[in-house]
This record gives sequence, structure tokens and C-alpha cells, in this order.
Amino acid sequence: MTVLTLKSQLQAPLEAGVIVPDRFAGNSVAAVAGMPVTYGNEAACLGDFFKVAGAGSTEIVLEGDLGRVKNIAAGMTRGKITVHGDAGMHLGSEMRGGVINVYGNVGDWAGSEMKGGKIHIHGNAGHGLGGAYRGSRRGMNRGMIIVEGNAGNEAGAVMRRGLIVVAGNAGDFAGAFMIAGTLMVFGKLGIRAGAGLLRGTLVTFNQPELLPTFCYDCSYSPSFLKLILRDLRLQGLSISEEYITGCYRRYSGDFNRLGKGEILVYDQR
Amino acid sequence: MLKIVNGAVYDPANNIDGEVRDVCIDDGKVVDSVEGGRTIDASGMIVMPGGVDMHAHIAGPKVNTARKMRPEDHRLDPVPRTSLTRSGVGKSVPSTFATGYRYAAMGYTTAFDAAVPPIAARHAHEEFSDIPVVDKGFFVLMGNNEYIMQQIAAGERGRMRDYVAWLLQATKGYAIKMVNPGGVEMWKSLGNTHTLDEEVVGFGVTPRGIIRSLAEAGMELHLPHPVHIHCNELGVAGNWETTLETMKTLDGVRGHLAHVQFHSYGGDPGGMFVSRVPELAEYVNTHPNLTVDVGQILFGDTTSMTGDGPLAHMLHQVTGRKWVNVDVENECGCGIVPIEYKDKSHMHTTQWAVGLEWYLMVNDPWRIALSTDHPNGASFVSYPQVIRLLMDREFRREAIKKVNPKAVAKTALPDLDREYSLFEIAIITRAAPARILGLKHKGHLGIGADADVTIYDKCDDAEKMFSVPRYVIKEGEVLVEDGSIRRETFGKTLYVAPVYDTAVEKDIREYFRKYYTIEFENYPVQLEHYLPRPREVATTGDS
Ligand SMILES: [Zn+2]
Repeated sequence: MTVLTLKSQLQAPLEAGVIVPDRFAGNSVAAVAGMPVTYGNEAACLGDFFKVAGAGSTEIVLEGDLGRVKNIAAGMTRGKITVHGDAGMHLGSEMRGGVINVYGNVGDWAGSEMKGGKIHIHGNAGHGLGGAYRGSRRGMNRGMIIVEGNAGNEAGAVMRRGLIVVAGNAGDFAGAFMIAGTLMVFGKLGIRAGAGLLRGTLVTFNQPELLPTFCYDCSYSPSFLKLILRDLRLQGLSISEEYITGCYRRYSGDFNRLGKGEILVYDQR
Repeated sequence: MLKIVNGAVYDPANNIDGEVRDVCIDDGKVVDSVEGGRTIDASGMIVMPGGVDMHAHIAGPKVNTARKMRPEDHRLDPVPRTSLTRSGVGKSVPSTFATGYRYAAMGYTTAFDAAVPPIAARHAHEEFSDIPVVDKGFFVLMGNNEYIMQQIAAGERGRMRDYVAWLLQATKGYAIKMVNPGGVEMWKSLGNTHTLDEEVVGFGVTPRGIIRSLAEAGMELHLPHPVHIHCNELGVAGNWETTLETMKTLDGVRGHLAHVQFHSYGGDPGGMFVSRVPELAEYVNTHPNLTVDVGQILFGDTTSMTGDGPLAHMLHQVTGRKWVNVDVENECGCGIVPIEYKDKSHMHTTQWAVGLEWYLMVNDPWRIALSTDHPNGASFVSYPQVIRLLMDREFRREAIKKVNPKAVAKTALPDLDREYSLFEIAIITRAAPARILGLKHKGHLGIGADADVTIYDKCDDAEKMFSVPRYVIKEGEVLVEDGSIRRETFGKTLYVAPVYDTAVEKDIREYFRKYYTIEFENYPVQLEHYLPRPREVATTGDS
């Protein structure tokens, strides 16, 4: 296990894409401390900002307020990263495997365009959670993200595969332009949820303000939802029994586009 | 002063085919001999004039809009700052500085933008000011210009010619460009034209009339590169007949047909493409007034950008990708769509094979220039791959195995055994484009030529060799050494200033007052403010 402890509060953003199990594995403490980072617009070493304990391993623990540390675990393919504190932008973006746990809040673009693995955020997430970078034709494509707090705008935008669960509220344009995959929001949705949906599923437990290009189909109790919700209990989320056994109103859309997507709204009756 | 010794020199314009000889340089020019100065020992190396790209899209509003449109493209290819060079981004639409660095790093020292709307000339020059190393120029879009069409319809040939000359002067452009003549204007209201003899409704002219009139005007004005034509019906099955008709329309006058690959398809409109290169190449082979560049496609993701608005609309409908369309008031149009060429695709494989057929079926390399219509067919950085496909038959055979087998079997490509020599590559990448453009001081290493020289390490893999030159010399200065940029300089802007009867300005002024969003006085590009290093190319009449 490698433990990195932030020495002092950062005054500028630190680009630290080197904090990835793939990079750490097999390196000495000195080699890890010598890995290149960018502080503001200056080149620096990881060791300038972090106390490094334990040789490079596929299991990494980060301690301190890392809210200004960007690109943690970006592109990771294996191993485990645990952050005790906040994490900055692009956490786990484009990751392909492994597990990230954050006991704090994370910045924008967490899990953007990820292709596998799991991110569990115990606090809030910023904008673009599991989303697509500007211009991209695909957002998240496999993998799983759980956020116990709230998420910002464009959560799950242009998602292709995978599961995003937000226990709190989500901002505007949740699941916009989704191609497939599942986005589940237990709190409130912002405006224009599911705008441009091609396929895919948005699940919510409060009646959202739907776009006029969605239309009601039926009320039913989908089996796949039961399986997902039971699994989420195993992941440590408390899911009330009514959600598992209850009925959902299905709206299909977005009929501005293909219209093969769905928004499932828990029926409170 | 600089002396390059012991290199094998390939200088086709002076009929030097790999002969080991010295090249002497002084004051930015090739000279007979020098005393003192630096000597580069080019033993075991190949010495050629700097590359000349005669058809690419590298500056102006269309390119800049494409940059804004494709952040996903740029994210994949950051160009970091170095102590000598600026930061930027690459991929299909590189930023201005990266454009210059990448041409330079590939041994190209001159590049032309093939389609600038006259009203946007100022923008193109401003971008040129930020493109390092290469000499550059642009062609001015005129094939759908309302004033030109009105003068042709009214039989005012002289006034039309004077206007063309005025427009070239006002824009500081280099040549007359036509893009889907008549068709772009028609598309703005009534749909594209489909034959050369269809009337452009509201103007009383036909595409054929526009092509012939502008080609004659280019000759009468003694332009170094009379007309550069993007034919009607680009990318449509069956368009080869339109291309052949365009060639016939140019009987007796000089004309250059751009990216002919995109214009050589048989088949029924809306259906599968079939190669009709044999017929078209035969026509070119027997008509020395015609020259072409190919517009080779290579497989991968790129950006299509064109003055052909209807074409971009068609691409958007076929691919479902994002689309920009612009109506350039009285002058022309523009469209931009990202595109991915796939080797599994029947259509894309046919296009790939059609491009290679063109290179291999035109007998006289002096009348064909290497191009990918950057970035429409592929980025200019992939020219070395095209070179290897032409020079290395085995490499080509391996490449043929990877594409759609049904599509490639319907073309002549698998049966073509021709291999380009280094001498011929030197022709299609520098000597021929320079000659076609009428640039007497470029594309060769004779006494008095611009000292733009590229030196390659000899290598069996032509792609590798042409990707990373050992030295690149521009105006006598060594800018690239061992594959990296050692100095940043800025090249010249090449333009023409044909003479005309200034009486025409009164009529143009009136036309501007009635129909333009811009005042006549504000329209011309001021030489002193927008061309930091201007170089006028003479309109002498001996072309
Ligand atoms: Zn072009």
C-alpha cells in the first residue's frame, strides 16, 4: 500500500495524472516522489507536495484536502485508490478498471468517458459526472458510479453503457443525449432531464418536469430495477422496500430524436 | 552562406535524378558557388527542393469554424510549448502555429489554402501571419459570385474580367477558384444543379458558361495559375460524366481539376460508387492543358470542410454527424462535417482505390500533384503514407488485403504494378505543383531558385523517410535539424496583382452600395497591414 499525505494546502491546481496504480506499481518511494506533476504552470514532482509512505503499489491511499488535485486515477486499469478528503476535477476520467473510493466531495468530470471499473463517492460530485467531454460522441461506456450526495449538471451525458446512481439530487440535463445505459437519481432532477435521449434508462423517484417530447406509456414494475436496487443495498445504500416492490410510470422519448429511451418515475400511490 | 555536399540530389525540373552534387546557398537563393559558411555533409542522404502543397485547407473562417467545432479532435493531440515553439493542438484541423510546425517538420515549405471567400480574405491573411515557416497563398472563391454571374449573363466579358482582377487585387489572393460553379448558389434557394447545362435560376447562366468564362479570364489576365476547379457533383455516384464534361469545357485553355478522386465515380446517383478513373485519366493523358491533384483519402477520422454547401449537407444527412452551414452573402457558401473513413466500407474503400488509381494511371507526373485535400481526405501529415503506397508495391498489396475485398476487386488497383521512383515522387510533391502554380522560383534547385531544401536520411521505408527529414532549409536557413525545429521564422505570402481597367470600380462601388453588408472602401485587404512579408508573383503572360 502507498500512502500519500498532502503536506500543505495547495494554492494552485496540481495536475497529478501520475497518481494511478498502473504508474505506481513496482516503483520505490523515491521514484514515486519523483514523478512529474504540474503545479499551476510549473513543472514539479509529486514529492514536493506529498509525503510518500510505502513503495509504489496498486493500492493507493490519499490523505488531505485534494480538492485542487486534478486527474487522480485518470485512465487507471486496475488496483484501488482511496481518498480521505475531497478530490479535484477529472477523478477517474477514462478509467478502464479498478476501484476508487472517495470519502469527500469531487470536482467536475469525475468518471468522464470511463470504460470500466467502479467509483464510489461518499460526498457530492460536480458537473459532467460520468459525462462526455465537449464534442465527444460517447460519454461513460461501462462501469459504475455511485454518488451518495448530489451531482451537478450533465450527469451521464451521452452515456453509452454502465450505471450511475445519485442518492441526492442531480442538476440540469441529467442523462442528456444518452445512447444507452442507466442513470438513477433518488433526489430531484433539474430541468431538461433526458433531453435528446436516443435509448437508455433514467430512473427517478420524484416526478420531474418532463420535456414535451416525452410521452407516457404505462405503469409497471420492471424486474431489472428490482435486481439493480437489491444490488445497491449490497453496495451499502439504504433502499426502501417500496422502491423494490413498487410501480413505475414509464415515459418514452426523446421524440426529437430516436425516442427509444425511457424515463421511469416511481409511482408514489 | 550554406553548402550541402555529397547528397544525392533529386531536382526533376533541372533533370537531376539522384546525382551526387553540391547545392550552394547564399542570401536565401540557390547560387553557383559559395566561399565559407556552414557545410552540411549529406553523404548517404537525399536532397530535394522543399515540398509544395497546392491544395489544402489551412486558414480562414471555414478552418477556424472547424476548429471550434471539433474540441474532441484537438483533445487527442496536444502540442506542448517548447523553448522555441508555441503550444497548440493538432489532428485534422491544427491550430495556426502547429500547422506551420508540422508542414516544416515534414519538409514542406510552401502551402496554399484552396478556398477563401473574398469577403473573408482579411481573416485568412491574419491566420497566415500566425503560420510559421511556410510560404503561403490562397485561391479566391468565384464560381458562385453573383456579380460574376450577372456580367456573364449580360455578355459583359471585359467587365467580368476586370472585376476578377480587381477581386484578386482586393483580396491579395493567388488564383481563381470555382467550387461547384452555379450549384452552390442554386442550392441556397432551389436545390443543387445536376448538369453543366442546367440554368442557374435567376441568373441566366449555366455551370458550363461560368467555367468557360472564368477559365478564359484567367488566361487573359495571364495568371500564373489560371483556374482551380472543384467540379460540380462532388461525391455523387455517376459524377464522372460531369467531370469529363468539365474537362471538355476547358478545351484550348489551361485548367486545374482539384481532388479528382472525389469526382471519378460511376454508378447510379444514390447507389454504389464504381471507379471511372480509366476513362478520365485517359482524357487527362491526352490533353496537356489539364492538370489535377488527387485528394487521396486515408482511413480514419477527419473533418470535411468545403465551399460546397450542398455537399456538406449531403454528408451530414448520410453520416448524421454535426454540421455547420454558412451562406457567404453575394459570394459563395461553406459546409463542415466530421467524417470517418472506414476500411470495411464499400464506399470508402472505393474512394481509397480511386485515389491510388489516379496516381498510377496518369502517365505524366508533371500534371498530377500529391494531395489529400487536407483535411477532407486525410491530414497533410499523412502524405508520407501516400508516398509509400505509391513507391512500394508490396506495401500496397498488403494494404489492399485490409480493405473491403469486394469493393477493391471492382477497381483496377490490384492489377496496377507501377511503382513511383524517388524522381517521380520529387515531381508530384514539389516540382509539378510548383510548375502548375506557375511558381518559377519554387520546386527546383537551379541557380536563382528559393533556397527551400529538404534533406532526408535514405531509408527503405519511404513513409519513415518522408515523415522525419534530417534537415529542412527555408530561404537558406536551417530550421529543422535531426527531426526537430531549431528556429522559428515566418514565410512570405504569395499573391498576384493583375492589371485591369479601373473604370470597373465605379460599377462595383454601386453594386456594393446596393447589395453588400460591407462598404466598398472597407473591403480590400491593405497590403501594408495584413501581409507582413508580401511577395507578388508576376502575371507576365509567358505561361
Ligand atoms: Zn479542397
